[in-house]
Parts: sequence; C-alpha cells; structure tokens
Amino acid sequence: MKPRIAVFSLTSCEGCSLAILELEDQLLEILGAVDIVNFREGMTERSWDIDVAFVDGAVSTPHDEEEIRRIRERCRTLVAIGACACLGGVNTLKHDPARPDYRRVVYGDRADWFPTTRARPLSAVVKVDAELPGCPMVKEEFLELVRCLLNGREFRLPPNPVCTECKKLGNPCLYERGEICLGPLTRAGCRAICPSFGSVCEACRGLVDGEALRAGREAFNTQYVVPWEEVVARLRLYGAVSENAEPVAAPAAGGGS
Amino acid sequence: MKNVKIDVKQITRVEGHGNISVRIRDGAITHLELAIVESPRFFEAFLRGRPYHEAPHITCRICGICSVGHTTASVRGIEAACGITPSEQTILLRKLALFGEHIQSHVLHLYFLAVPDFLGVGSVIPLARTHPDVVQRALRMKKLANDLCAMVGGRHIHPISLQVGGCTHLPREAEMREMKERLADARGDLDETIRLFRELTFPQLDRPTEYVSLRSNGVAEYALYEGDIVSTLDPRPTSPQQYRTRVREEVVRHSAAKHCSSPNSSAYAVGALARFNNNAAMLHPAAQTAARQLGLTAPCHNPFHNNTAQLVETVHAVEASIELLDELLARGLAPEPLARPTHFGTGVGAAEVPRGLLFHEYTVNDEGDIEAANLIIPTGQNLANIEEDMRALVPQLLATGVDKESMTLHLEMLVRAYDPCISCATHFLNVRWED
Repeated sequence: MKPRIAVFSLTSCEGCSLAILELEDQLLEILGAVDIVNFREGMTERSWDIDVAFVDGAVSTPHDEEEIRRIRERCRTLVAIGACACLGGVNTLKHDPARPDYRRVVYGDRADWFPTTRARPLSAVVKVDAELPGCPMVKEEFLELVRCLLNGREFRLPPNPVCTECKKLGNPCLYERGEICLGPLTRAGCRAICPSFGSVCEACRGLVDGEALRAGREAFNTQYVVPWEEVVARLRLYGAVSENAEPVAAPAAGGGS
Repeated sequence: MKNVKIDVKQITRVEGHGNISVRIRDGAITHLELAIVESPRFFEAFLRGRPYHEAPHITCRICGICSVGHTTASVRGIEAACGITPSEQTILLRKLALFGEHIQSHVLHLYFLAVPDFLGVGSVIPLARTHPDVVQRALRMKKLANDLCAMVGGRHIHPISLQVGGCTHLPREAEMREMKERLADARGDLDETIRLFRELTFPQLDRPTEYVSLRSNGVAEYALYEGDIVSTLDPRPTSPQQYRTRVREEVVRHSAAKHCSSPNSSAYAVGALARFNNNAAMLHPAAQTAARQLGLTAPCHNPFHNNTAQLVETVHAVEASIELLDELLARGLAPEPLARPTHFGTGVGAAEVPRGLLFHEYTVNDEGDIEAANLIIPTGQNLANIEEDMRALVPQLLATGVDKESMTLHLEMLVRAYDPCISCATHFLNVRWED
C-alpha cells in the first residue's frame, strides 16, 4: 500500500508547503508513489489516517499546540519542515528581551482577542522523527527524505558547516569583504545558496553539532575576530539559538571573547 | 430553503486559515462572516531595532507565495526612507523578478487552486490521472516562472540577491538567452490555457465596487513595480507616500486581519481585476488579445473574473519579460556596488503583487535602525469587499433555489477567486506604534 502523506501548516509563511508544489519535475512521480490525504493549501479532501505528516510553522498559539498534538497522535512519522518548525524561525524574534511589549505594540488594548504564546519548534511540544531545516527547506533534501522513507533507509543531515560547501563552490569568502557570515557554524545542505547569491549565511538551518560547533566557535575567536556576543545575536534571526542561551561552551585556555 | 446554516472550517485551496459562516433565517441573512483565524506573527513589532538593510530579508518571510512581492515593496519602502536611488539596471532586474512571481502565483492559483472547482474535483491530484496534459502544462509554466525568479533572485521563495540599494548577483548572458527562449516557447501553453478557460462557466455576480490599483506615471506601462494610487471612483493619482489618504484600516473582532475602506467606499477591491479595470489599455497587445478571446472587458464587476484577469496578466507578464530580457541583453549587465543611504527618515514602498496593492512603510532612525513599520496587505484590503460580495451572492443563490451544498461551493469559489493570502493578511493587526 502507498504511504499516506499529509501536509500541515502552523504559524508560518507556508513557504515550505509551497516548496513541495514547486517540485515540478518530480511532483507527478511523487503522486504515483504516495497518497496525499490531507493538504489544506492544495486540496479539499481531508483524512486523518496518516502515515507521514510534514508540518511547517512554529508552535506559536494555543491552537497551534492543540493542532500539533492532534497531528502527532494521528501519524506514524512526524517530519518538521523549515526553520519555523525546526527552530521556531523568524517568529522567535518577538521574544527580544529588550522589547517585551510586542503584543501591546501590535494589538494595543485588544491583545486578548488573538491569543499567542512563545514561538517554539515542534520538538519543544511533541516528539519529532525527522527535521528538514532551512528557510525555506531545501527541496532536494525533501526528495531524499521521501526516498529514504519509501525504501526504509535512514535519513541524515550533513554534519559539516556551510563553509565547506561554499569553499567547494569557489565562492570568495565574505569575510574578505568585511561581512559577518554565519557559515562556519551553520549546518550545510543548502549548497551555500546565500553566499553564492551575494548574501551572508544567516544560520537558517541551525547549528552544526559537537566538535564542528566547537571548531566554528574557535574560528570566530582566532580567524574572523568577531565578538562572540555579536555572533550569538545574529544566530537568533531564525532561532538557531534562543535568547539568553549559550549555544556552545567557550574554548578552553585563553578562549572566549 | 428558508433557514440555512453554513460553516466552512478552514477553507481549502487558499493560502492560510479562514472560515466562512453564514446564517439565514426566513430567507434573510442574519449573520455572515469570513473569519480569519490565522496566527498573528508580529512582524511589525520585531522589525523595530533591526538594521534597515534586513527589512526585505525579514519581511519576505511573511509569505512564501508572495515572497518576491514583499521583497519589492520592502526595498522600495526602505529606499524611500533612506534617500536611496537604485540604478536603472537594478530596477529592470527587480521588474523581471516581479513578472516571474506574477506568472508563478497566477498559474498556481488558476490551475492548482481554482480549476479543480470548475472540473468538479477536490484538488489537482485526480486531474493528474484524468487530464495529464493539463497538469503537465501547469507544472511546465510554474517551473518556468520559478526559474525566472531564481535566475534573478537566487530562488523564488525568499529571494536572496534583491537587496536594498541593488542586486548582489547578476544573471549570466547565456541564462538570459535561454530564459527568453523558454518564455517564447510558453506561448503555446498560454494559448492552451486560454482555450481551457474559455470553456469554463463562471458564476454570475454583478456588483460594482471601487477598484484600487497603481497606475504608471510618466511611462505608458502596466503598473506593477511602481506608480501612483488610482481607483475607478477617484482616478486622480495619489503618491504612495500619501497612501493614508486613500486607505483606512479598522480592526474587527472576527478577523485577525484588519479590514480596509477608502474615503469613497466602505469596501474596495485590489488585485488582478482591479488592475485590469484601471489599466487594461496599458497591457501588452498580446494580453489585450487574450482578454478579447476570454470576453473580458473593462470595467468588469464580476469578482469571479479575477481568475480571468489573472490569466490575461500572465500573458502580459510573459510578453513583457521577453521584452525586458531583450533590453537587458542589449545593454549588458555590469556589477554595481549597492547604493548607500543619503539620509534617514520615513518612506513608503508600494507595489502591485499578484494579489493586489501592497504597502510597506518604514521609519528609520539616525543609527540606520528601523523604528516603526506599517505594512498593508492586499488580502487585508479585500476582506471587507469579499464579505460584501457574499452578501450580494447569497440572496441571488437563494432566489435560484440551489441546495446548501451548492451554496457552500459558490461561497468557497468566491473566496478563492480573490486568491486570498491569509498568512500575509494576518501579520498586521491594529498596528499603531505607541512609543
């Protein structure tokens, strides 16, 4: 039997759901291999008998929280797609400790008309089986994940930072232009698309793990000479680190800035 | 059918979350709402304190479908606030990306979201089996449009190189030549699409309203990237910097998106049909021919023909892109540094994005940080007008004696005809800076 696929959106731009519809070369093949049973943005029929649910968006309202719990109960495999679902995304910018008045600024005295909570990744509320990070998610990674699910293979994100992909492409390093790029800390898999089109990496895919992260931090200290607080502030754009969190311990002996 | 209760929870095949609820007692409407239940996202609040050049990068994340449109209005708003004049090359490239988004968005709406209603299916998926040629044509046109956006901006969803002051990446000559050929090849698909739409029967509704759009000043161009605000009730041009004299906003409880009115009307329409009604004479000749073939003439007061106007605009965008590519190829592209701010203050960027007129207003302080932002979204401007249309459509349907199922479908089709982008519309609620 073909796996039953659903696509849901919580608080987001729905760009990652849209990215599925932008797989023009593969869409008909995908439709042959799976049954899409619930996808509000694209179809009227709605079933809750689901094998794999793809969810974009952050959990940012009481309704989002109910919805993600319901989705979790009704599906076997839950895949978070995009920066909002994996990290909280730009929605987390509302938590700026220096500007706690965001609700009043937008709603004035009517804040209670439209309830909202902290913006969180799906994994903060329910168990998530796989994550496809990025703002938007990378379509090729989505295809690879679908292939893995169909063939029972394990899906893995690349462990290396964006810098390695960027260098392979022969892009001039943006530090030579005096810009602050987060490529040394950010998980690869996007083919360094932002530096390739003249923009710095903004860490929409989240941080690399363990040793690679420590090496990246060391590079900021010794090679790029950017104050760590500045780096951490920039890592907040898509929620790669949450406010007040320390993403990685300072390097030992003489490290820190 | 004297007493009717219609509740559509989460209207499908639209971007974002909206509900329709209608109550009819003894043949009269006692309650009618298009409720917007999308989550608010606070973009205008968290733009505060961010450096000016981040605005387009952050605001394009309001919406995946209209990402290039938000980027366009945002760079223009920031440039107006910071006294930045972009180069001619930059303007041409921005226009090209915006054409790409109009094609992408209109094709997505027409084929994936609207056509299933007319062919009696719930989505495009069954059409892949019954009408494979139609689906393949739709995918071909959509891919072409995505590739056009990606050639200029790096990708369609959340473009990278369209920045304040200029473009950080230039398409190569060979890419532009290939793109031009592919656009020319798309004419066959456009003809087929026109043939398909000529056969569809659109529901009838004739309700004149005020149609608001930009109109080019100076050049005779179908205004998308820039222009002055005009309307069918007040054709005198107003600079976007004075948009508050033409657009009034109001918070209503059942909608997480504000409703809009104008000094002339309690509700007005923006979008493809509004642009067509104001500027049909400035369409590319091929698009004017398409309009004639489709039987669309200005002024048209049937909101269901917003679909038709989108198709006419798709023809325009393809032809205008080809001409723009000719111009870019003739002049050649050269790397340019980003134009820098000459001062900081308040400015407005207005652009015609697929769903209608979009405003981004910013105030930038002396440090170059954003102090205030006000963003007015096409779907927000259409919400009150959609409700007015629903109020006109319901009695008409009751008089013809349709059943509840058919009435529900008609109401959903009406909402869909506006191609609402609810994610966009809800991110901007009651935004008055209190500082």
